[in-house]
Amino acid sequence: MELNCKHVWAHISEYLDKSVPADLLADIEQHLEHCEICSAVLDSTRNILVLTADNRTFELPLGYSERLHERLRKELGSASEEAMK
Amino acid sequence: MTAAGTTTGAAKERNEAELIARILGGEKELFHDLIRPYERMLYLTAFSIVKNETGAEECAQDAVVNAYRNLAKFRGDSKFSTWLVTIVVNEARQKLRKAKRAKEQSLDEAIEGEEGEYTPAPLTDWREIPSEALERKELRETLQKAVAALPDIYRQVFTLRDLQEMNVADTAAALGVNENIVKVRLHRARMMLQKRLAPYLKKSTAPERKGFWGRMPWS
Repeated sequence: MELNCKHVWAHISEYLDKSVPADLLADIEQHLEHCEICSAVLDSTRNILVLTADNRTFELPLGYSERLHERLRKELGSASEEAMK
Repeated sequence: MTAAGTTTGAAKERNEAELIARILGGEKELFHDLIRPYERMLYLTAFSIVKNETGAEECAQDAVVNAYRNLAKFRGDSKFSTWLVTIVVNEARQKLRKAKRAKEQSLDEAIEGEEGEYTPAPLTDWREIPSEALERKELRETLQKAVAALPDIYRQVFTLRDLQEMNVADTAAALGVNENIVKVRLHRARMMLQKRLAPYLKKSTAPERKGFWGRMPWS
């Protein structure tokens, strides 16, 4: 089946997650092979995901981990055995 | 950052089950080790809901304390990570409920009801983010702002799926929605970000091809 760009865009996310229905996959890939607009949309979205998953993009506040474990230390120190039941 | 990244899923779950048994058996200090791989997840999940650093940190702490107090109720029929993320989502939602809500929620729902079609941002033909671009703080900040600007329901799904790389089923369980909703919201979130960031990223890419723009259907 000949897909147009809008059809492909609707499946970009599924495509990235490798969850495009099998019967559609070949058509999408065929379209991507010759459509540089859709390939660019696909690549740009994929790159955003790469950047998102990079730990340096979304950083934790300074001292967060220390404060978290300090709070937990207090809890462990004060917790009665009942709290565990 | 943690051992979690290098341990296979099954081995990790076995280690966790063992840790949990020992904690419940009285070695409570081990709880520090149990939650260490999830510190980042706790904070980012909370942040995606409450949208401020202090609030997110409080939620993460409260979630850890709650998880500890309720550890005996964890049955092991779900993954520990899923159980923990559910706790932090609940903490964050409670916090949000206390503060403010109605207005933003109704806005979100209005957006979700819209037609799902979108027009992506036109781009040059870049294939990879150049390494120097990845190093640029500016680009990271742009992405942070774009994610922060997403409507709540999209940001929450995006945070769990793409920032924390949780699977669809676990994301659905944590947010209390069905898997199809997760997929739809994720698609829209990604497309919103693509549209928002592509023009910016374009600046850092390879030279444009002559005549390329003229062939854009929307130009």
